[in-house]
Formats: sequence, C-alpha cells, structure tokens
Amino acid sequence: MSQEMTQSRSRRRVVLIRRHAVVTRLTHWLNVLCFCFLLMSGLQIFNAYPRLHWGQYGADADPAFIAIGASESDGEPHGFLKIGSISIPTTGVLGLSKMEGEWTPRAFPDWLTLPSYQDLAAGRRWHFFFAWVFVINGFVYLACGLLTGHFRRDLAPDRHELAPRHLWREIIDHARLRFPAGEQARRYNALQKLTYIAVIAGLLPLMVLTGLTMSPGMDAAFPVLLDIFGGRPSARTLHFISASLLVLFVVVHVAMVILSGPWNNMRSMITGRYAIRQEGPNA
Amino acid sequence: MNSHLTRRRFLIGGTLGAGALALGGYGAVKGNVDVDAVLRSAEALTMGAQRMLLRHRPLAREFSEADISPTFRVNGTQAPDSEDYAALQESGFANWKLTVDGLVDRPQQLSLADLKKLPSRTQITRHDCVEGWSAIGKWTGVPLGLILQSAGLKPNARFAVFHCADELEKTLDGSGRYYESIDLIDAFHLQTILAYAMNGADLTVGHGAPLRLRVERQLGYKQAKYLMRIEIVDRFDGLWGGNGGFWEDRGYEWYAGI
Repeated sequence: MSQEMTQSRSRRRVVLIRRHAVVTRLTHWLNVLCFCFLLMSGLQIFNAYPRLHWGQYGADADPAFIAIGASESDGEPHGFLKIGSISIPTTGVLGLSKMEGEWTPRAFPDWLTLPSYQDLAAGRRWHFFFAWVFVINGFVYLACGLLTGHFRRDLAPDRHELAPRHLWREIIDHARLRFPAGEQARRYNALQKLTYIAVIAGLLPLMVLTGLTMSPGMDAAFPVLLDIFGGRPSARTLHFISASLLVLFVVVHVAMVILSGPWNNMRSMITGRYAIRQEGPNA
Repeated sequence: MNSHLTRRRFLIGGTLGAGALALGGYGAVKGNVDVDAVLRSAEALTMGAQRMLLRHRPLAREFSEADISPTFRVNGTQAPDSEDYAALQESGFANWKLTVDGLVDRPQQLSLADLKKLPSRTQITRHDCVEGWSAIGKWTGVPLGLILQSAGLKPNARFAVFHCADELEKTLDGSGRYYESIDLIDAFHLQTILAYAMNGADLTVGHGAPLRLRVERQLGYKQAKYLMRIEIVDRFDGLWGGNGGFWEDRGYEWYAGI
C-alpha cells in the first residue's frame, strides 16, 4: 500500500503513492454491486413475511419482536414498525406506502425492493445469484489478503494504535473532521483498521452464516448452525440486524470518503493512486 | 511489473473470466443476455453444492415434544373445493385410495388402512416456509422408500410426481391443480414419509388429510398435501407448466433446499 510509485516534482510536493492493490479495488467494487443487489432483493424477501422471531420456530401466531405492518384506525390506514412493545408510526415508508399513486400495505416501499413489485420468487433468484458472487468474491479477497500480506501489513493494528489514549485521540480527531495528512495518510488509521476488521471478519461472515442457517438443506448438513444461532427464526432475525449494521457502516463509510477528500479517495479505489502532501524538504 | 502482480492479475482474470463466460455463454445462445437465465444458473450451483454436502444423507434436525409449535399455521389450500374431495371427507376417507403407478413393475392401490398397517416413522421436524416463517410439528407416516420398493421401480425411473386433490388456483384448464415432484435421492431418504398423522392425531383437512408428503431438508411448498396419486416418471417437463410443481410453474426453484 505504501510502495512509492512516482514522485511529483511540483512545488506543492504532492506525491502519488500506490494505496490499493488491484485485487482490493476489484473485489471492493464487485462487493458494492453485490451489496446493492443483496440488500434490495433481501428486502423483497423480507416483505413476504415482515415479522422477526427468536427461537426454533416462529409464525403468525407466535410473538414477534420486530414487525412491520399496516393497520386501520378511525378509517385511516397507517403503517407501523413495532420493536417489542414499542410501535413507531412509519406511514409512507414502512408498512404502508404508495405504489403507482395507490396506498399499498407493504413492509418496505417499492423503491427499496428488487423487483419493485411484490415477487418473492424473483427476489430469491436475484438474492441467491448475488450471494454466490459475493461469497466467491469474498474468498478471492481473503485468499489474496493472506497470500500478499495485505491483512498483516495494512489491516492488523499494532500495539501503539490499540492504546486507549491513541484511540481516544483518533475519535476526537474524527469528530472534528481532522483526518490524517502527510506521512500518516500512507496507512489506514486505527479506527479504520478496527472498523474494516469488524466488517470483514465479523459482519460479513455473520451475514453468510445466518443466511445459510435459513436453508433447511444446510441445517441438515451442519446442524451446529442451529445451536450457534438458536434456530432458523433467530438466524433470520440476526441476518436482518447484521444487514442493518452493514447499511450503517456503508452510510458512515461513504460519509468519511466524502469528508476526507472524495476525489483522492475515489481515484485511489479506482486507479490505486493516492495523493499525499509530503512534509519537510523534498526528498 | 513484478511477478507478484502478475499472479494476482491471473487470479482476478480467472474470476472475472468465469463470470464473463457465464454471461457471454447465455448471451450467445439467446442472441442477447437473458438476465433471468443467468440468475437461474445459481440454482444448479446451489443444488450441486447441497447435494455434495448432503451426500452421506444426514437427517434434518429432529426436535423434542417440548419444541412443537403451539399453533401450526395452515398454509396454501385450507380445504380442497371439489365434490369428489367432499365425498371422500364425508366417509372419513374410507373410500380414499392412493394410486402408485407410472414406471413401476407393480402398480398399487393403497387405502388409509393399508398404509397404517405398514411400518411407520414418527419425526418432530421443522417446516420452513419459503416466505420465512417456521413451525415445528410431529409427523407419523410410511417411509416413501418402502412403498416404492414394493411397487418396484423400472430402470428408467427418475422422479416421483405427487398429484394432489386441491386446486390452489382456479383456472379453466385445470393448471391450478397442486402437484410436486422430487428425485429418487430425496424419495429414498429416511425422513421422506407419507404422513397420515400430525401431533399424534389424524391429519386435519387444513394440513392435508388424509395423506401428505414430508420431504424434510426442503421448503414447505415441496410438502404436498391431499395426495391422490404418486406417478413415477423419467421426466416431468410434459406435466402442466413443465417445471415439476405448482410453485415451480410460478417461478420458484425446483430444488428447494434453500
């Protein structure tokens, strides 16, 4: 990542370093594609049964701790999101939204699902196709990350970075939108490293494993999945929660890209070249 | 350019190439890229992977009495809407007979009493709807493999087709009649049974009386209710919509292990 490619002779002493390896860039963008398709087709699948349970069984007659739906009061339909015993009115977005001008009871609105109209069979086809692409892409990334030393060199935080005082300072700097510059910008900062590790080693494998636990075939092949996640309904709930956390990650990730120099960041993820200002006299 | 990068390029090229090949192959055949056919290619991959993982024929998890759902949702047809079925129900299914025919040496006609005399298997298993809900119930019935063995399969037998008494969709040509099919790997699995009892009592009409299929390790729509006839075939593309089942004809996967 920090291997120097060219050195600008400009007076501003800006150097272009090679930041992202070609494998990182390709798997990143393929992942973006998978994420979009999996999220939208996943919401289509969720809409077929918009209730989440905990345990080994869960259907209409059983208590749900998250539910999205529509109900009618005073002759007016309204949509709601229910978490435990708390009901949040969500008319227009969740539970009840407009489809071609008509109010329609629907968990997630048509602009968030793939296909936009209700079609579980099609949603499943999109979901499982991109699930395969995502898993193959993930294995290519993991294999290359291990073989090329990407994980060890770029992602593993050192002891100094994990010190509470250092982490606290990074949090303060991020909150003030002061991002590393110069030599320090050659590497990921500690918050970046920890977040990427949490996503790569935590959330994404959790997505795959909870997804597989919903498959009756996979449960027969690996019954231990049911013990780890507490049942198919629990796995479905965890799948939904970790997908929500991934959406949160993407929102923050994109915000950070924009706030810390969108063009430079985008160039580095497309061409691999990242510009940093060099401090001190030009070498 | 060092050798390191070349190897990586090769890996990437391989991955991208495989994807492009899949896309391009379909495109070439159809003249344009048929998105749906590309998406459907994942079903073969899923089935191949699961069949490999399930090659030693493990059992689906069996639960204890305490795990049984207090309410087991009735899904699909609530009660078949036909005079023939009403007459059968009136007689307590005493006049009902299951036909086993097609590519068999000895076609069978089995009454409910005949079936109950055969060795039975009881299993407490989870029913997984394609929509996402699950219910646990206790099923008692005859292993399908026993019945197929006594009927004797012809060498070209490949699938068991289940013809049902219910029409889930009213159509003029009758194509809304429920049917399902499984291959012989699933047909001879230990937990594949023709169930006549649920939770210790005779099947209710809502749950498929007098007889339904239980093919654990697959989704709910494979568990055909109101069985009338089991036809052994070498191919099912000539039946109704040609995709091997009511929901399969409406876009769902034939292999419903996921």
